Parts: sequence; C-alpha cells; structure tokens
Amino acid sequence: MNVPENGPYRYIGAKRRAKEHPRFVSGRGRFVADIALPGMKHVALVASPHAAARIVSIDIKAALAAPGVLHVLTGEEFCASTDSLATGVDAPKVTRFALALGVVRYAGEWVAAVVADSRALAEDAAERIEVEYDPLPHVIDPEKALAPGAPLVHPAHGSNVLYRRKFVWGPVEEEFANAEHKIAFRAVWGRSATVPIETFGVAAQWDAGTGILDVWASIQMPKFPDQTARALRLPGNAVRVHHDVDVGGSYGVKRGIKHTVLVGYLAKRLGVAVRLIEDRLENLRGGDMQGPDRFFDMQLAFDGDGTIRAMKIRAVDDVGAYAGRSPFQLGKPVTAICGPYAIGAIEYEPTSVMTNKTPQEAVRGFGQSPTNFAIERAIDRVARHLGMDRIELRKRNFIRNDQFPYTIASGSTYDSGDYHAVLDETLAAIDYASLVRARDDARSSGRLAGIGIASCLEPSGGNSAFEVLMNPKNENTTWMDSCLVRVDLSGAITGVISNSSAGQGHESLVSTVLGEILERDPETIRVVRADSLTALPSNSPVGSRMAIMLGGAAAGAAKTIKETLVAIAAHNFECSPGDLEYRDGSVSLKGAPEKRLDWDQLVEIAHRKFHKLPAALEPGLQAKFVWGVPTGGALPTPEGRIQIYPCYAFEAHIVLVEIDPDTGKPAIRKYVCGHDCGVMINPDIVHGMTYGGIAHGIGAALYEKFSYTEDGQLASGTFMDYLIPSAMEVPAMAIVDHCTPSPLTTFGQKGSGEAGYLGAPAAIANAINDALDPLGASIDTLPISHLAIWKASAPRKGAP
Amino acid sequence: MSETLHAVSVEVNGKPRSAQVPARLSLVDWLREDLCLTGTHIGCEHGVCGACSVMLDGEPVRACLMYAVQAHGHSVTTVEGLARPDGSMSVLQDSFCETHGLQCGYCTPGMLIASQCLLNSNPTPTEEQIRDAIGGNLCRCTGYQQIVEAVQLAAERTRAK
Amino acid sequence: MKAAPFEYARAASVAEVCELLRRHGDGAKLLAGGQSLVPMMAMRLVRPAWLIDINEIAALKFVSVEKDAVRTGACTRQCTIERDLALAARVPLLAQALAWVGHVQTRNRGTLGGSLAHADPCAELPLVAQVLGARMLLRSGSGTRTLEAERFFSGPMATSARSDECLEEIHWPAWSWRHTGSAFTEISVRHGDFAMVAAAAQIAIDGDGRCVRAAFGLGGAGGTPLAFPKIAARLVGTRLDDAAVNDAAHAAATETEPGSDLHASAEYRRHLAGVLAARALREARERARSR
Repeated sequence: MNVPENGPYRYIGAKRRAKEHPRFVSGRGRFVADIALPGMKHVALVASPHAAARIVSIDIKAALAAPGVLHVLTGEEFCASTDSLATGVDAPKVTRFALALGVVRYAGEWVAAVVADSRALAEDAAERIEVEYDPLPHVIDPEKALAPGAPLVHPAHGSNVLYRRKFVWGPVEEEFANAEHKIAFRAVWGRSATVPIETFGVAAQWDAGTGILDVWASIQMPKFPDQTARALRLPGNAVRVHHDVDVGGSYGVKRGIKHTVLVGYLAKRLGVAVRLIEDRLENLRGGDMQGPDRFFDMQLAFDGDGTIRAMKIRAVDDVGAYAGRSPFQLGKPVTAICGPYAIGAIEYEPTSVMTNKTPQEAVRGFGQSPTNFAIERAIDRVARHLGMDRIELRKRNFIRNDQFPYTIASGSTYDSGDYHAVLDETLAAIDYASLVRARDDARSSGRLAGIGIASCLEPSGGNSAFEVLMNPKNENTTWMDSCLVRVDLSGAITGVISNSSAGQGHESLVSTVLGEILERDPETIRVVRADSLTALPSNSPVGSRMAIMLGGAAAGAAKTIKETLVAIAAHNFECSPGDLEYRDGSVSLKGAPEKRLDWDQLVEIAHRKFHKLPAALEPGLQAKFVWGVPTGGALPTPEGRIQIYPCYAFEAHIVLVEIDPDTGKPAIRKYVCGHDCGVMINPDIVHGMTYGGIAHGIGAALYEKFSYTEDGQLASGTFMDYLIPSAMEVPAMAIVDHCTPSPLTTFGQKGSGEAGYLGAPAAIANAINDALDPLGASIDTLPISHLAIWKASAPRKGAP
Repeated sequence: MSETLHAVSVEVNGKPRSAQVPARLSLVDWLREDLCLTGTHIGCEHGVCGACSVMLDGEPVRACLMYAVQAHGHSVTTVEGLARPDGSMSVLQDSFCETHGLQCGYCTPGMLIASQCLLNSNPTPTEEQIRDAIGGNLCRCTGYQQIVEAVQLAAERTRAK
Repeated sequence: MKAAPFEYARAASVAEVCELLRRHGDGAKLLAGGQSLVPMMAMRLVRPAWLIDINEIAALKFVSVEKDAVRTGACTRQCTIERDLALAARVPLLAQALAWVGHVQTRNRGTLGGSLAHADPCAELPLVAQVLGARMLLRSGSGTRTLEAERFFSGPMATSARSDECLEEIHWPAWSWRHTGSAFTEISVRHGDFAMVAAAAQIAIDGDGRCVRAAFGLGGAGGTPLAFPKIAARLVGTRLDDAAVNDAAHAAATETEPGSDLHASAEYRRHLAGVLAARALREARERARSR
C-alpha cells in the first residue's frame, strides 16, 4: 500500500481508514444487546411516579405469579446485600443504590426489578407490581433547594448542598475595586446531555464453579470493574469485565454502575445469566442520561481598553437526587477557568446542590462546555459594554503564543497554543468580511441575523485531579494508561488495550502508533482488548485522554520492542546498538547494510533461538508500558491550586445564524471551526469527533432540554420531546486545522474527544445574541427555543 | 395463558424465512432475536431515531413500528443484505469507510438502508436531498458531515461505473 | 417498551374488518401504517384486546383521479400520494402537505386514512381534509355513511367514527378553475416534527386576477384542524392584496384558542397562526397567478 509521507511521520497524520469500520458497515458490530448468553433472562424496571415519597408497601405477589417470571427484586433485599455506590465528594450520608429503599427521591427512580424469560414478559409482570406511596414535599428548583427550610433530598446529609467552596486565585477584590468597568449577568445552561442512540445495557453471568462474575456492558467509566466488585462485596478478581463490547456512543454518559450492580447481583443470586437493556423511557428518566444543569452568576472587571482584570464565577449546579461523579463536573473547569484569556485574578465558587430530579451523570467535557458558554457570553457582553469589536477584544486578552507554557491563576499550566493564529485562520477560512456583508444583507431584507464567535479550550489528558481538589479525603493522584504489544511466532503484531470504545477509533489509534514506531504497516497490526482480569491499568477513555495516554502507552511499548530488536541484532553482530540502524522492522549495520537481520529472523531468535538471545532479555517478543499522565501526580495547594489536565487544545468557532423575525425560527447558515489539537494521529477521526461535537453543541444550544414540571415530572421523557438534531438541523461544517504540538506527549498530540462540543453552544448563543442586539434584546439561557427568540425579539403589542 | 402464535413467511435478505410469532413481537425484535440478524439496532422503540430502519419491499421503514406478523408475504432487506453477492462491501458501504462516515457504528445500518434507498431511486442526489433522506436517522457521533460525504462519494462512484 | 399482549387478525376485506369490529367493538383498534399507533402501544398508553391489520386489503389502496375530485382508499400509503403526478395536478395541496409529514420512513408506511382517523389537531393531512372539505366514507356492518371533514373531526385525537366503523375511502374535492394555487406551510422545532402550527390555503382567481374562491385553515391552533370558510368568503371578489390577506389571516388567528406545551405557548401559537396563514395565502395566491 502506498502511504504518502506526512511531515516527519509515515502513518501518523495521514489519511487512513479506521480499522473498526468493516464490521460496523456490514452489521457485525457486537453491542451488548447482540450478546446472547445461554438461558439468559431479562430485566424490566418499575419506576416511581413521584418526585419524593415514602414507599409504604410493595406488593409483588401478582408479579411473581405472572408468566415467565423468575424473580422480583426490591430495595429491601438489594440494599441489604450490596453496598452503596461511591459518591465522589465527601458526603457519606448520601447513599446511592440502583433500587430505592424506603423512599423515592425522583420520578423515574427504580423501585423494583423483574426478571423474566423475555423483556416483554418482564414488562407485563412489572405492571402487576403494586406500590403504595405516601408523597413527601419535593424541591425541583436549585435556588429553592438552597433556601432555608427547603425539603431535604437526603435528610441525613443535613442540607441539599453536596459541595460548596469559594476559590480565590489572585487579587480579585483589588482588581474589582480598581477596574474602570464592571458587568454582571447570569448565564443558564439547561439540563441536557449527549444522549447516545444506544441506551445503556449490561449482561452478567455468575460462574459458581470458578467464582467469577462475567460482565458485558456498554460502558465508559473509570474504575468500573473495581466499583462493581466493591458494591457487590466481591474481591476485585472475582469480576471480569469484557471490554470487547462495542459501545454505541457514550460521550461521557455511560457510567452504568447502578445497572451493573443490580444485574450482577441478580445473576449471582439467581444463578442465571441476566441482561438489562434500558428502554428509552428508563434511559431518559432513570438512567445516566442527564447532564449539567447549571447557572453562572458572572462578574467581570475590565479596563476601557478591553483588558479583563478579574472574573468572578458563581456556579450552581443541580445534580438531582443522587450523585456519583457528577459534582466533579464543577471541578474540572478549574483547569481552564479563565479560558484562553490572560485573566490573572479569578474567584470561582462552585455549589453542587441536590433536588428531586433524575441524577446527573458525566457528559462530554465534564462541565467545560457550560463553563465556556458562560465565559464566552461574558466576553461578548464586555465587548458590547465597551462598544468594542468582539474579535479585537478576544485578541487583546488571549494568552500570546510566546507565553507558553502559561500557568493560570488556578494552578494549571497550559502547555502550548497559538490562539491568535487559529482565530485568524478561521476568520480567513470563513471570509469574515463577506460573512459580515451576508449578515448585513440579511438584516436589510428584514431578517434577524448574527455572527457568533467563540474561542475556548479543550483541556485534555484526563488527569482527574478535580477528584482530590473537591474531596480532601481522596488522595488519588494516579491516572495512567497502558498498552501491551505482542509480536507472535509468525511475526504478526498485536496490541492489547484495556478499555471499551464507543467510536473513538482506539484500534485505529493504537495500530497507527505501533506501526509508526515499529515502521510496520498498521493494516497488519491487530488491536484487541483485555478483560479486567488480564488488563493492565487504564483509566478509561474519559477527559479527552486516549490520544495522549493510550497513544503514549502504545508508543512506549513499541519503543521497547524496537529496542529489544536492536539489542538482539547488536548481540548477534557483536557490536553496540549505536552502530545499528532500524528500518521497517529490519536491523542492519550502519555503513554495511548487507549485514542485516530482517524482522522474521529477529522474531525467530526472540521466540525460538535462545542461544542467540542476549542474556538480559526475556524470551519471546512482547512489551508492556504503563504511562502516568504527564504533569500529574500532585495534590492541590491549600488555595486549591492544582494542575488538572496536561494538554490544552484550542478551538475557534465562527457561525452565521439567521432568524425569521416573524416566527423566531433560527437557521444556521454557515459554520467554520478552527481547531488546534497539536498533531493529529488520524485526521479523519479527529474531524469526525469535531463535527459530532458541534452537532452535540447545536443540540444543547437550540433543541435539547430535560424539562421538569412543578411536580417533578420529566416532561421531555421520549424522543418526541427531547429533540436531537437531525441532518436537517445540523448544517454543513468546515474545520480549519492548526497544529501547535504539545511538548508533553509522544508525537505532540493533544486530545480531541470533546472537540466542537466545548465551543459550539457558546458560538450559537453569541450569534443569536448578535442577531438580537439591534433590538436591544439578549438571551443567556440555553437551550434557546423558537419561543424564547420570539419573545425576546417581538415587541409586545399588548393583547395576549 | 400463552400468546397466540401466527405463522409468517418473509423473504429476508433474499432467503425465505418462516416462523411462528406472537403478534406483539416487533419486526426488529424478530430480525434480531429470532433470526440473529443483529445488524439492525434499536434506539428508541417509538419511531424517531431510525436505527431500526430496514427495507420493506425495497423502501425504508422503521422496523420498530411494524410487528413481525405484518411482514408476512413481503421482503425485508437488512444491513446484512447490502453486501455484494460475493460478500464484498457495496459501493455505499465502502464509501462510508472511505469518508469516515461512522464512529460508534450504532446508527450506521439505518443510515446505510436510508441512503441506499435514496441512491436506488435517485442516483444524482443533491446535498439537500441526501440530508432529507437521512433526516429520519439520528446520529450522535458524526454530526452527519462525513455521512453526507459518503453518500455523495457513493453516488459519484456509481455514476462513474 | 414492548406492547401489552393483543390478539391479531389480518383482514382480507373490508367486510371482514367490519365483522371483526362488530364483534370486538371498543376492544379493537385498526392497524394501518402504525406510525402513530405502534409507538403508543409500545408505551402501553393504548392496549387494545384486538388489533385488526388492514394493510393487506387491496380494495383500500387506490387512487382514482376524476374530473371533480380525487378518491383515495383509506390505506393508500402517503408515499404513493406523494409520487402521484396526476393526483398532484388535481389536488396539489395533498402532495404539498405531505412534504411536511415526518420522514421518508414514516411516509412509506403511513396511510392517508390512518392519519385522518388518528385526528391529531396539528397533523397535516387532517388540516388538508378540513380546508378542502374532504368527505370520509365510513363502512360498518350496517352499511356506509359519508361524513364531511367538519363533522368527522370531533376533538383532539377523536373522530365521529363509531367503534364499528372502518374508514374506507376519502373523497378530495378538486377545484375547476385554471388559476388555482395552493400552499402548505408549518413551523415545527425540527424538520419532520409535530407542527407547532400549520397553515394550508387554496385560492382560485379569474382571468382578471380577482379571487373567485378561497379556502384556508390552521392546524395546531385548536382541538381539531380549523377551516375559516366565512373569513375566506370575504376574500372572494378582492384582488387578494397583502392587506386583505393579512386581515384574513389575523382574523382567523384571533378566533383560535390554541394550547400550550413544552415547545410553544398559546400566545406564541396564536401569533404563528396569523403569520403562517398569511404566508400560505400569499403563496397560494402567487401560484394561482402564475398558472
């Protein structure tokens, strides 16, 4: 195969088809619902209709007598036999189980699980379960939940506040006191998530003969096997999670712990394989589908020339009735709390509050997108206040390309970047001058039109130090990933990874990296997944970390193999490794290329010819590499300063939106995103993530919301009301690539798993506000509905 | 009390298949669970996401909104039936691979069905027509960009033949 | 989301349907395209004891383009209607409305009769039926009767069809004037979603550009699709200048009492009603003028 040269690299950065594709286009993916285990039974769930209630009684007699029913499980049995799931912050009285015990805390909370021969029969039986409830006072609004006298979601915890802290980094009050100008406003990020098309599913099987619980799940969750085992009161080596399950999209959300503990328990208890595939109703209302639900009270202090001196961010996030990692979504943005701007003084006051809503789970970006939205709205408002051009203002405040590595007020150091260049390239690509003309022409024809700009960072590398930042009792500072590389007796290369993938192309990533280092064709390199008993340590594909961490680990393992091959040749040629040249898997003497050992010969020696193997080397040809995240490993300072993520990708979004003034209907006319994630290992994959991220962002900006009634009922509980954008709502998009390599990673790559999503909502919101600006109206609440635009734009003429 | 079973005979991917099915068994469940054609996926079971799209007598339909018993006497084509007779990928499938028109693969079978049907009736679709044809198929990974490119590439390659 | 169990019969003829309906009454539901019914069954919001499948009855699938009307079998697929050029020439409003109905998969199964019988007040086909004064032919074991759209649609998701009646045929009146134009427009959140508000209009003008007939209506603005024959009648004789059109649209909107939901308030719907009615009338007028 003819592979073109690509800068210093042969395979990295070149166009290459993803290895994963052939099985998916032929319908041979292996998703959890495709896995049929002999004698498998199926689970259906009974959910609470009340936002808060005491469970008076659960009558399961009729359900047990229903056809095909094997078991009915309630909280009474389940919560006594398993341990509560972990809450990331220090809140020991906030317990969390898959099934409610004694009380229900949100409408949709699971109260009972039916196990039957088929899902249909399980649902039939579930209808026969009679639960008597005694409704309790509930609270839906986070500000009301914070007020004194609010009903407590977890009375034993004493308040609805799960976490609150005020961080002050730099001379904030002084800057505010001395600033020429100040603004204050509220930005609201509506509850939405990156809801995948595949719901969460898990199948489990307990083998009493070996004492192993096998688990197959549609999962994207760090420490998943460990947490499952703990909750089930099993040793870690009694749970075998199979990572070779294709995950139908996750983008953060598929945490699946409660489902897995439930199904694992049932499998062990009943001695049969058990499977739970959430239906969409269970998924939206009771699953891990809901995301950040946050308002930001923003204050900025700035000079007349546009220099922003200080920023105060008070962020209140409604995590719903229970919490796992969700409060951490307030902590992660600390790593880029000033965005791409040199704002030296920041006050950040995050509050995580509980209400009687479905619990929030992780979402792509882990809180960064809402924060970027708030910051970018603030930047536009500063520009408006000063009558200054929004591009000019951004450039004035951008960290300059000669200032890297740049340590921000909260303690994170940005590795590299060139924000001015990327913005300029994006402006050029969209032909900004003609974009402005297009906007103005639309305005002259009576339409509303606006250009939105957003510039923001994608922190990447998944050093989840927000865990320790937000919980002093947590001293977890290890974030690693691993790769094992085997070259077998036939000379074929196999890379072994220890996580499941949801479309990020990890097999392509690893085979490309291995091929690059070993100078062997990635097409010939296979990538397989270990299960959790044979796995090397991994922290999962979260936090936009795998290009960096898995890429780095694969490179490390490949380098070891390469060194081994050179050492074998050196031993056999009786020279030093420095005298040798490695090329395409062969090793030859510099200056005497006929003195060469080819790949097959080296493999032979490694595997079979012990007498030709250097004494220091182990037999065979394999290497493992476990890599700790660069810049990680520290605990925070008392002021809460800490390096969270190591690498910072940058994106600049420019979008033209037109609005029909008579109806409020928005339409995106043009979309260009400038993107700098350092070296791209596979450009198609990176671009794909970015396009998909922008589409997610369009959803969050205009269409998607988990809406609740006063009663605490989820009003958007099906796809008829939770509206995911289709190919008719997402426009054609263009991406402009820029590369400022990271000095911290193997090839200079940064992460890009969250690309597009982190800036699109901000850009679209800014465009709509630019469109409304001539009317003196503004909207700072997402999602921006047609109704909201119409209300903001239509002059009220009295009559209802 | 067990459910009444109904005899169905359906041509699936060119092969006659017969079964006895309960009335409430959906077409997609029958294809997946009974025929083990797990390429067709379930995303919502209420007719919105399109992941369950199959061809019924050559036209795209939502298999979650049909009962298996209704397919009696009809022909169904699933993603497994899109390959060439020799088992190699169709031009469309190969085009999806070329443009990176998929990531997690979950919506992909439905996308292939919808776009193959489009190309079958309109070999020169505009971008607008492509977007409309896949407008009933939701994707969360790709933002549709590279999917549209795949269909355009397939159209071009088919015309060039 | 698996439906509750039901008994199933695949009817081979309308007579068989009527017999089954007679026997099972309220316990039976007709299954046509299933695009509305099957999701409701999956969510167990609807759980008939009997489902009578009418998809295989050839006699219910036909399009007959006649001089003054088009007759369609109740089970004619929406996609068939979309593609029928002769029908589009005679009753253009149908194809225009269908462009807004769901997605291609929906229209490949959805039927004309199914949509009408489902009677969603914001659905496109019921609005066309209301505006054109379509007539529904209902058959039961005791004979047939014909209901005009106005009497057929009785409330949200409700028709005056009895539980033993099967909608057999729909008669769509065609206008005879050469300069006839029609238009359908709607606003939904996403393409293919349920309309917040929909508007349909049909206008005929004479050789001098004066309106000789007008009909228009609104969907999503009340408990049934709404037509405004009295207001439309006031347009007859005028040249349909923008002022007259806007007045008519505004008058219609003022009469409506729309509901509120997650995506649109009543006030917003009423506003949209006026805007869309005007747009539909203007577009119909332009098409009429261009013929």
